Formats: sequence, C-alpha cells, structure tokens
Amino acid sequence: MSSPAETGPPQYVITAENLTKRYGDVVAVDGISFSVPAGEAFGLLGPNGAGKSTTMKMIGGVSQRTSGSLNIMGMDPDQNGPEVRAHLGVVPQQDNLDEELKVRDNLLVYGRYFGLPMSYLRPKADELLEFAQLTDKAKSKVDALSGGMKRRLTIARSLINEPRILLLDEPTTGLDPQARHILWDRLFRLKEQGVTLILTTHYMDEAEQLCDRLIVVDKGRIMAEGSPASLIREYSTREVLELRFGSERNATVGTELEGIGERLETLPDRVLIYAHDGEAALEEVSARGLRPVTSLVRRSSLEDVFLRLTGRSLVD
Amino acid sequence: MSAVTTRHSDAEAARNRKFGPLYSRNVRAVVARGLMATKSSNWMVMLSGFFEPVLYLIAMGVGLGAIVGSVPGPGGGEISYAAYIAPALLAVSAMNGAVYDSTWNVFFKMNFSKLYQGMLYTSLGPIDVAMGEIFLALLRGLMYATGFTAVMAVMGLITTPWAILMIPAAVLIAFGFASFGMGITSFMKTFQQMDWINFAMLPMFLFSATFYPLSVYPQYIQWLIQAMPLWHGVELLRQISVGIFTPATAVHIGYYLVMIALGVLLTTSRLRRLFLK
Repeated sequence: MSSPAETGPPQYVITAENLTKRYGDVVAVDGISFSVPAGEAFGLLGPNGAGKSTTMKMIGGVSQRTSGSLNIMGMDPDQNGPEVRAHLGVVPQQDNLDEELKVRDNLLVYGRYFGLPMSYLRPKADELLEFAQLTDKAKSKVDALSGGMKRRLTIARSLINEPRILLLDEPTTGLDPQARHILWDRLFRLKEQGVTLILTTHYMDEAEQLCDRLIVVDKGRIMAEGSPASLIREYSTREVLELRFGSERNATVGTELEGIGERLETLPDRVLIYAHDGEAALEEVSARGLRPVTSLVRRSSLEDVFLRLTGRSLVD
Repeated sequence: MSAVTTRHSDAEAARNRKFGPLYSRNVRAVVARGLMATKSSNWMVMLSGFFEPVLYLIAMGVGLGAIVGSVPGPGGGEISYAAYIAPALLAVSAMNGAVYDSTWNVFFKMNFSKLYQGMLYTSLGPIDVAMGEIFLALLRGLMYATGFTAVMAVMGLITTPWAILMIPAAVLIAFGFASFGMGITSFMKTFQQMDWINFAMLPMFLFSATFYPLSVYPQYIQWLIQAMPLWHGVELLRQISVGIFTPATAVHIGYYLVMIALGVLLTTSRLRRLFLK
C-alpha cells in the first residue's frame, strides 16, 4: 500500500519534533519526531505504557507537551486547542459515550460541542447512523448497545464534524472478529475519502491491514519507522520456522540447531528459526537428525518485528 | 516540507482571544447537553433534591416547632420556629446542591463516566465545560429555591413581599459554593478524599445557627462560625424572609461576592489541572 499520488511535495498535516511529555519524574514520551502527510494511515505501535495514548492526547491538545514542537495543520494544539480539535475526530481507547443520552442524541449533542448548527447535524446524524449500521437503534439507550455497536457509535460520533484527521486509540480492542472486520471496512472507506488516520493498536494484523506507515514506540522512544512490509524486510526474515520439541527439550536443542537460518530464538514452548526459506531450514533440521513434535513454516509478520524491537518480557 | 495552513486566520484570531486555548465561547452546548440529560434520565434525582429541605421543614419546623413555640427572629420580633428555620434550610439546600454539583458530580464525570474527556476532544475548552456546569448547578438551585419559597408561602411562613428576594439570594449562595467546589475538586484524586468534603459540610449544616441562634455558643466559637460561609447565607436569608435589613446584610452579601471572586479565580487557575493532564 502506498500513499495517494500527489503533485508536488507532500502536505504534512501533523509534524512532531522532539515531542516530549513528562509526568513528574516519569518520561512518558521521550523526544519523538515524525510527520504524517494528508490522507495517510499512520500507525503507532508499542507495548502498554509506551507513550502512544499520551502522544494522541498531545495531538488533540488535551495534554500539554513538556517540550518539543507540534504542528497540526499549521496550528499548535497547546495554543489553538479548540481550532485544532475542530478538524479532529477522536476515538478514545475506552468508549466515553454519553450514557445519559440516546444513540442519535449522542451524535447531535456532540456536534453541538463543535458549534455546528442543527440544520447540518440532523441529516448528518442520520447519515452516520447509516454508516455505523445503527439506524434501527437511533432511539435506544446507549447502555443497551453491544460492545461492537458502542464502538461503531463512537466512530460515527468522531465523524460528526467531518474531520480531516481521525485519531483512533486501539479502536478494535475487545471486539469479536466480525465486529473488527466491519470496523476495518468502515476505516478503509474513510481513508478512501481522504481522511488521515492516526491509529494505535496492539494487533499486528490490524496494523498490517490498515497502516501505510507506522512507528514502533517503546519507553517513549521510536524504535523503528516504515511501511509494514519494509519493517518486516528490515527487522525480520521472509519466513519463520516454528519448531516444538516439548518443553524440556526446547532449551537444550538450541546448540544442535545453530547455523540454520539467519537467527534463532528459543522460547519456553518453541524454537523459532528466522530464515529466508523456511522449508529449506526444516529440511536442514531433519538432516541433522532432529525430530520436532510439530513444525510450522509461516511468513514473517509484523508481530515478529514488534517482539524483536520491544522484547518479550511483560510490560504492565 | 510544507504544512497545511488554510486555517491560519482562525488560529491568529484565537491567539488574540482571551483564554484562547481554554475557551471556545460555546457554553450553551454544555448547558443544552445538561438539560437534555436531565429530561431523559436525571429528573428523579432532581426531585429528591427538592424534597429534602421540605421534609426537614415539616419534621423540624412543624414537629419540633410544636414544642419550641415561637422564637425571637431578626430584629427581635417573635416568629414561629418553622419560620425561623425555613430560610436556614433554604440556605443549606443551596449549599448542598451547589457543592454536590460542583464536586461529586464533576469528579464522577471526570474520572468515571469520562464525559468531560469526550467534550474536551471537541472544540470545547475547559472554560466552556466549567461555566456550563456551574450554570446548570445555579439553574437547578434557582428551581429548588423557587419551589421551596412556594412551599413556605403555602405553609403561611411568609409575611412580607421582601421574601421573594430569597430566591436570587439563594442563587448567590449557590454560586459561592459552586465556584469554590469545582476548584477544590481539582485537588482530589480518590473517593476517600472526596469524603472530606462531606466531613466539612455536616458540622457547617448543624452549627451555623441553622436550628438555634448563635448566642448559645461561647464567644470564640461564635467567631469561628461567623468565619464560615454557611452562617452568612443563613443570616442573609433569615433577614430577607422577614424584610429586616441592617449593615450586616451588606456584610453577608459582600462575603459571598468575595467568595465567588476567589472561587472563580481558584477554579480558573486550576482548570488545566482539573481537565487537561
């Protein structure tokens, strides 16, 4: 996937330079720099606490940066919060729909917060309910909706002001596969309409599906930047061979596998061999007289890149 | 590299505007949301807030009043015990409503229902949200005060047309407490800390000359109570209820004007801490 063809230099809608946020002694975002051209789907990947949400908050001007510069469509969100947000749509990590209002009223009231007139909002709300497949729920209470419906309503709400930039903080966390695919489809359509998408996610398949380009963030710093395909090329091999020898043998078999593929990783439950040709690596394993309980050759994914860059230890 | 600069004039205008990043002059959207929410789900809560002082008035004023008989009112004239405590109960209800709206209500919407997070990701700034919430609190206070004054009239506790001024005075009291309450909430992080607010309000309710005159206390306790805001509210409404005004009336009103000024100052200075972290 590539950015839409443009004439002349790209129009950057977001430019961050040395963006830093400290909470007391804790550095949440540690001097990151990136630019996002108009119409791109840009991903922020990273483990919990990497600084993704904080970055989103600074873009929206609801969290003041400690230092560095940030330019959103020619404006500084700390100086022009309301004007910047007039062009932003925000889908927060946790749904914060107005539980005291009905479904359609959620859209209308949210539009009023932008100062938009009712003559614009009434047809727009109906259009967005259609888009979110919630037309028959227009008069329902919010807490009667399922998780997927609430998420779709939150996305519909974020579009009420026809934003040029849509911030999505883990948009599909907690949704079942059906709901996720419906959401992805809606996000693709928005991208086709030229909306710039800024997306954080834990799901690597989601990032591969949706993002033109992404940064991997860990401990407030950028670890890598590029398209999903280029990151896989750079940080992983074309294929991965997964071998299981049983949990006792996995650790000891490592020395016997040395030299196969480009890189070897021993995990408690399996051994991963990163290789350009997984089948050839598997043949080599058999040739050395090793008999794994199970073996699997698969394409390298963004998840391999992610785990290599951010480590396998648990982050809380 | 070039940046999109189409909205530059808007940005320029905002920089020159007072409180540019914090205020988008759209308080009415916050107010409209509050009214809509009240209509669809909160009206039961509203109703209970109205009945609380009425129940106190019946229990204490009519019930206890039968034993107490008449007491000296402001200016020395004898009035019924119910007529003595009714303005005090109105002041207490103005305080309770305003404090609830500006503390618990704000705390909950900030930290649990995440309502403000949604609002603050729109064009709204913290000043729009804070002013809208305070306006709603005062509107509610106005309705309660009107209802309670009507109840007083029905019970025959109103003897002068001056008493109608209790309604705006109750709103003044509510404004004083609401402006301070929101500023104080910005310092609160847990429910346990929020409980301190109730801990401060209960003794104020009981001892601010609500049910008996201040003269029963030793002098130094009197000074302490006279320093508290509720006592000024109680005395102000009590004076208005019988239409007797003294230089002290101006002191009571002045106390609230200063309280409002300081409260608005405090809340404004804490807005970033309250809403933008």
